[in-house]
Amino acid sequence: MIIDINFIGLIIASIMASAVPLILASCGELITERSGVLNLGVEGMMIIGAISGFALMTVTGSLIIAIFGAMLAGVLISTIFAFLTQTLITNHVATGLALTIFGIGISAMIGKNFVGIPGKEFPVLFEGLKDTIPLLGPILFGHSIVFYFAFALPFITSYFLKKTKIGLIVRAIGDSPESASNQGINVRLVRYACILYGGAMSGLAGAYLSMIYTPQWIENMTGGRGWIALALVVFSTWNPIKILIGAMIFGGLTIIQFHMQAIGVRIPVQFLTALPYIVTIIVLVVISRDSRKIRLSTPSSLGKSFHKDN
Amino acid sequence: MIKIVKRDQPSRAIFFFTPVLAIILTLVAGGLIFFILGFKPFEALKFFFIVPIADKYGFSELLLKATPLCLIAIGLSFCFKSNNWNIGAEGQLTFGAIVSGGVALLFYEQEGFYILPTVILAGAIGGMLYASIPAILKTYFNTNEILVSLMLVYVSKLILDYLVVGPWSNPEGFNFPETRQFSDSAKLPLLFEGLRIHAGIFLALAAVVISWFVFYKTYLGFQMKVSGFSLKTAKYAGYKGKKMIILVFLISGACAGLAGVGEITGPIGQLHREISPDYGFTAIIVAFLGRLHPVGIIFASLVVAITYLGAETAQIFMQIPKYTGQVFQGMILFFLLASDYLLFFKIKFIGLKK
Repeated sequence: MIIDINFIGLIIASIMASAVPLILASCGELITERSGVLNLGVEGMMIIGAISGFALMTVTGSLIIAIFGAMLAGVLISTIFAFLTQTLITNHVATGLALTIFGIGISAMIGKNFVGIPGKEFPVLFEGLKDTIPLLGPILFGHSIVFYFAFALPFITSYFLKKTKIGLIVRAIGDSPESASNQGINVRLVRYACILYGGAMSGLAGAYLSMIYTPQWIENMTGGRGWIALALVVFSTWNPIKILIGAMIFGGLTIIQFHMQAIGVRIPVQFLTALPYIVTIIVLVVISRDSRKIRLSTPSSLGKSFHKDN
Repeated sequence: MIKIVKRDQPSRAIFFFTPVLAIILTLVAGGLIFFILGFKPFEALKFFFIVPIADKYGFSELLLKATPLCLIAIGLSFCFKSNNWNIGAEGQLTFGAIVSGGVALLFYEQEGFYILPTVILAGAIGGMLYASIPAILKTYFNTNEILVSLMLVYVSKLILDYLVVGPWSNPEGFNFPETRQFSDSAKLPLLFEGLRIHAGIFLALAAVVISWFVFYKTYLGFQMKVSGFSLKTAKYAGYKGKKMIILVFLISGACAGLAGVGEITGPIGQLHREISPDYGFTAIIVAFLGRLHPVGIIFASLVVAITYLGAETAQIFMQIPKYTGQVFQGMILFFLLASDYLLFFKIKFIGLKK
């Protein structure tokens, strides 16, 4: 059997493409969690980003407005979460769940008029270079700018956390908001910023889905990707580079599932669709089993409210 | 000038007042949303919250929707009280329905008094089995129960889909994704002629009574309360933490499974693709709105059930999208959490002349 080497390249590229929204949302949530805030609203922020991006693209016709608008929508919706958890000191888990329920409802409400409208073509970069290098050509070239940004993001995030002063502050707050506060750092302000940043990245992840990956609006189109992104953060043990690996595994599962259906493997389609969720559980079990390692890598104040008067 | 002062201890009166405040704020915000969407706010709110329950049929529908919400929320309150975040009740409901539906299909075209109890028990066991997965993974493998229980929701819906499309689909059903009709002995009896409300409501009421007894009259209830306040204290007191985690998950799974039984053996009488309009998720809101108190949960389930009915009525009469129901549910929880601020802080107006 002859396997076209470029075909393998194309499969790898499609795996990378399906990993993009996971990388974006996970890297955003990672920063939020590093500051000690657990935002379970990723799925809700993502779906808001998806409908905002698609709606703005349809209404304004501008891809740039749509992409930035989706990020802004993510910021706006995460502001609710930030205000509740940081200013009104509410429980992170419950507030995040409310955000997801609210986000899914609002997105379906706005999206009602956008069902069935075809999307626009999103421009890709370096299209001409695709055939110049075998195997690597289709992997490296011919993707959207969001795609390239997503694959750079884990490295940027890692640099930010390790090498910059603000990154250090974020980590310090996540590990001990009390001592950070005693050092004169405005814990609440930094946490607000980290939450809004997470919202922007989730919004971008959603926009990628509705504008680039499958350019159309379908209700509930995030289909649990926000939750998988949350699981990826645990999987990565809060290390952005490992998010890349995790996202590729899940991207791979999604793509393999399509190809297995295409070659006619006699496994019920529902089982293949369930695979990413089942694998998420298995991966979580394997990672979390070592409770010492998890304890050492989890931001110590994760999910705990902090109030200066306490 | 306004000054915010921390209370010495959480106010008991406000503890029960804030859910009411949250509902009022949700109505105001809802009216505002309707106004923005171009509807008359008062008319829309009337169609949403009053018209659906204005007659006997509407009231029966309200109870029909409140029953699973109440049942699941009661179960969840066991988990939430003891600091276990089971958010996969929707999956436990679905799996309970699958198991009880499977048993009901075994008794296809058979009659007998023993069938219904068996079917109900099967649903509870199904829900318990499914809830035991996150519980066991949490206790023995340190795995986050939030993510596991949620992932299992997606898996359960795909299992259901596989069964009703494939092996369990009705052979005479023209490939509709549904099973055969259960025999009458496998169905929960309807309570009134012409109304859909069924005997499942008694399961919910039983759960309310039992949970009240467990919470306030047993040692287990006390242990749960202590663990909810502080895991360290619970450990210090020597409570068997692992056992309790598994127990509360099993209780919560059984309740969700029973809600699943009610959905398929009630008016519908068969398994099909969409057995629950996300009752399992909405019940999380019900549990919080009811303050994790059995009586509070009854009221909360009625209030939240209206959002389901209201969304349907508003869609029919005013072409308001039905997802408005979900928006209202999210808002209720937001406002409830926000108004809890008043539990711990007092807002004082100072410098005002009397």
